[in-house]
Amino acid sequence: MNLSLELMLQLTIIIPFLATLAIVATGHKPNLREGVTITACLVLIYLVVNLYQGLLLGNSISVFWWELLPGLSISFDIEPLGMLFALIASFLWLITTFYAIGYMRSHAEKNQTRFYLCFAIAISAVMGIAFSANLFTLFIFYEVLTLSTYPLVTHAGTEKAKKGGRIYLGILLSTSIVFLLLAITSTWFVAGTLEFNLGGIFSEDVDKTVAGVLLVLFIFGIGKAAIMPFHRWLPAAMVAPTPVSALLHAVAVVKAGVFTILKVCVFIFGIDLLAVLPTTQFLLYLAGASVLLASFIAMRQDNLKARLAYSTVSQLGYITIGALLATSSGVIGSSMHIATHAFGKITLFFCAGAILVSLHKSKISEMRGIGKQMPLTMIAFFIGSLSIIGVPPTGGTWSKWFLMMGTIETEQWVLMMILMLSSLLNIAYLLPIPFHAFFPNLSLNKALKKALNSTSSKETNATSNNATEQVAPSGMTLTKSQIKEAPLPSLIAIGVTTLGCLVIFIYPQPLYELATAVLTGGK
Amino acid sequence: MLMGLFNNWIVVVLMMIGLYIVIAHGNLIKKIVGLAIFQTSVFIFYISLAKIDGGTAPILSDNYTLYSNPLPHVLILTAIVVGIATTALGLALVVRIKEAYDSIEEEDIQRQDNLPQDNQVQDSQLLTKNETENKA
Amino acid sequence: MIAHLPVLQVIVPLMAAPICLLLKRAQLVWLFSLITSGLAFLISILLLQQVMATGVISYELGGWQAPWGIEYRIDKLNAFLLLIISAISTIVLFAAQTSIEKEIPKSKHTLFYVLYLLSLTGMLGIVATGDAFNVFVFLEISSLSAYALIALGKDRRALWAAYQYLIMGTIGATFILIGIGLMYQMTGTLNMVDLSQRLPEVAQTRTVFAAFGFVIVGVCLKLALFPLHLWLPNSYAYAPSIVTAFFAATATKVAVYLLIRFTFSVFGVSFSFTTIPLQTLFMALGLVGIFVASTAAIYQKNIKLLFAYSSIAQIGYMIVGFSMATVTGLTATLLHMFNHALMKSAIFLALAAIVYRLGNVQLSSFHGLGRQMPLTMAAIVIGGLSLIGVPLTVGFVSKWYLLMAIIEQGWWPVAVLILLGSLLAVIYVWRIVEVAYFKEPLANQTPVKEAPLFFLIPIWILIIANIYFGIDTRLSVQVAQSAAMTLFGVTP
Repeated sequence: MNLSLELMLQLTIIIPFLATLAIVATGHKPNLREGVTITACLVLIYLVVNLYQGLLLGNSISVFWWELLPGLSISFDIEPLGMLFALIASFLWLITTFYAIGYMRSHAEKNQTRFYLCFAIAISAVMGIAFSANLFTLFIFYEVLTLSTYPLVTHAGTEKAKKGGRIYLGILLSTSIVFLLLAITSTWFVAGTLEFNLGGIFSEDVDKTVAGVLLVLFIFGIGKAAIMPFHRWLPAAMVAPTPVSALLHAVAVVKAGVFTILKVCVFIFGIDLLAVLPTTQFLLYLAGASVLLASFIAMRQDNLKARLAYSTVSQLGYITIGALLATSSGVIGSSMHIATHAFGKITLFFCAGAILVSLHKSKISEMRGIGKQMPLTMIAFFIGSLSIIGVPPTGGTWSKWFLMMGTIETEQWVLMMILMLSSLLNIAYLLPIPFHAFFPNLSLNKALKKALNSTSSKETNATSNNATEQVAPSGMTLTKSQIKEAPLPSLIAIGVTTLGCLVIFIYPQPLYELATAVLTGGK
Repeated sequence: MLMGLFNNWIVVVLMMIGLYIVIAHGNLIKKIVGLAIFQTSVFIFYISLAKIDGGTAPILSDNYTLYSNPLPHVLILTAIVVGIATTALGLALVVRIKEAYDSIEEEDIQRQDNLPQDNQVQDSQLLTKNETENKA
Repeated sequence: MIAHLPVLQVIVPLMAAPICLLLKRAQLVWLFSLITSGLAFLISILLLQQVMATGVISYELGGWQAPWGIEYRIDKLNAFLLLIISAISTIVLFAAQTSIEKEIPKSKHTLFYVLYLLSLTGMLGIVATGDAFNVFVFLEISSLSAYALIALGKDRRALWAAYQYLIMGTIGATFILIGIGLMYQMTGTLNMVDLSQRLPEVAQTRTVFAAFGFVIVGVCLKLALFPLHLWLPNSYAYAPSIVTAFFAATATKVAVYLLIRFTFSVFGVSFSFTTIPLQTLFMALGLVGIFVASTAAIYQKNIKLLFAYSSIAQIGYMIVGFSMATVTGLTATLLHMFNHALMKSAIFLALAAIVYRLGNVQLSSFHGLGRQMPLTMAAIVIGGLSLIGVPLTVGFVSKWYLLMAIIEQGWWPVAVLILLGSLLAVIYVWRIVEVAYFKEPLANQTPVKEAPLFFLIPIWILIIANIYFGIDTRLSVQVAQSAAMTLFGVTP
């Protein structure tokens, strides 16, 4: 095919959108419907990869769609950060679709057509966000993403789902309407433009106080980045089916949030201005607090998905910190963390879903000894955890390294301590899960235990108490049950993302190049 | 000063009487009467402002040089027609209300609205409660 | 013909009304009214084109010269309004026959169309005329027919609502009449252009102050500005659904138009906003109105009542834009008039369709409606999103301009309040969504079918317009902006 890059760019948004029509049309034939989705995924990946190559060759690709209001247009432009985000999202959409086929069918979910439909719209919105050339376009797709994921969150249709959906929509819409829209209109008024521009759009002599207030409005307004105190929607959204939690709430939606923050920091304020704003320090500490608090809360969660959700809140704080540090290592670290965390967290969510489907367990306290039944899943979980923690040989190592470098460069010692401490906490709340799965009768090794703080050790005690009761039944099931892994499509998906975590460690070059190109505009 | 604006004083007094009746009386007919008085005061205001001392009717003749302004009089003819239409419609509504509620007292009607109605769905009680709030 | 367009705009529906009585058969009358309204729509399009191309059209009624005779004066502002009114009227009429079948006794069908056309005439007349007294006459034509239309409602509370509206409306109209009389006393003219030239000479007299006060209070009664809104909720809730759809979209807009016309054109900006502290007053009333009415909307169980309160809140937005007394602010108000007409007529038509199927619009009857009437409910959801002001809907466009206008003035707290106000809209819209999509139908509830096409077509025309004008804003923004500039005497 000989499509121009501009056309491809538009197709990345249109194809998933068109896929919705095909999905509705084929809704009564599940196989055909999923075929449509997968075809759309493959086409999308083809397009995005082509665009990536185009970008590497130094082409500047931009498309102007429509001038909505005088001076405010819907237009698209490709730069490395958006490319990175689009690559991850499109690739993981494919993987998640495979996973979802296994999950949704064996879980016998209702309204699967609506599920795939909303999923496709959400991806279309993500592509729009990734490639948007100005803040206005980004805002439109940001809202589309919120609205299109609402039916996914409330998929179950139960009272609990409704409540979760209410919090989800409530927080995301209110922050975006009250803070983000205000920030955008004010920016438009102060700067006279909303086009993303490397180095910022504010003039030199802009009032620092005004810009500082705007920055606060932006950070609060981008509720999708789940910075405390606006993080409640993420745990609430965990009532959704696991594929939704996996793709949207580990990758697409939350990453759209931090992506927007990065965009705003780098392309609206510019890191030079950001470094001198009076409110940056406050926001850094806020993000730091978010990182720590979320880790602590994660430890106390017994529901696996809730724990992962809080872990996500904490990891998003890393990215926000990186963006606000206003140094090149910070931005590079943040950009890479978008990718590495995506692979790590989606693996963990896939595993959580697999456990739910095969063993019908969602509580961590019930997961002792399941390593015998689901060895592959738990190994994947272990590797995913390592990536989140940031230990070799997994991809998370690199991004955490650059984030650390960023804090050291700027001499933010408090933040550095927070990041280190949080990594330790990651170990405390993630590693016990695979550990107990494989060694149900052993207590955690002493050395590790010392590293934990008192709260978590209390919890480990509690879980070990539970374990004594649980050993017997699980032992019994072991005798007759053999291996009981998730459905094959789901298992393949888990395998691919786990592999992804490892590959990024061994071969980080393309990712690093994209991340460094963010600050140089891809030249 | 006081006498010079004599007509205006009358207008204001009539206007206040009319408005007072509309507000203070619960009887729907009396409210309409009050409304009519209120409107009439405005008619008088228009007519009197066109009157010129010693002026005659506006007849095009060399004998008369001083005549009252005919325009407000014409305008008020229209306004009177409008007033009659309003009164008629209001009274017609009162007849219908009397048929439907068997009362023309405001309080009575509001009380009946607050009662749960047979033909409404279950939460009509809540509904009417809201209504009274609105009216209050 | 073309030269007579301004008067035809008003005369066509006026003449059509009595002809309806001769036609007798309801179906025939409906078709005739639809054609009449369509004709009015056509005329308004031609007028707008002409005004945009050549500027103000002045038409002397009966050939009498302007300051003495009655002048119809079409500028960008009222051409825009004429377009809104006649367009909405036509689209709403399309569904009328189906809707009133269930809501109005057969014997009254013909009379319904007569009243409807008279009401349309009144509104078009108010907007088209350039004569202050003529405004009063048309105001009463539209109001009297409105009282009768509302009284046609099925519920007996409609009678009571109509009666209350009649009392309040008449007081309002009479206030306007007094104001006009006082102005005439001081200037000896009724022509608006003439008035605007002569008023400044006597601006500092108490009589002019009194005239201004009377006119503004009278108009505010008509436009249901908080706290003068008490007549509106019940009138909208108990009127026949089709009437609600028509009035919600047009009646208050006409009153807002009058407010703009009197403050900007007749009394002039400097008098209205400098001599008199209208700005602070209206800003405060607008904001309080937004919050009080939106909060009241949240607690309603009757959905028509809910959206009636939402209308009062939306008027608050228009008033806030108006109170800024800047070009951007006024543009926002004009845009919101257009946009709000689109959303509210769509929503109320959808509610009319629900009344047609269910017989009522209590929230408790909405259980499971998302599945039973998917297209109608989808329309309410999109209309609701537009009310909230989500991008790509018209609601966003007007909200954007309103925000810009406020930020221009540097009134940050007001901007925050406006945005918080739209959160209240999220709550009341989402209450409906949750009931319609998440609750199973009640056991004793008979399942209903999707609304008939006579509803779906106009509803979806309006919904598509909601989205279309949210994306292609050229027409609405251009017209609103140049109308606002003209009012400020800035050449666009």
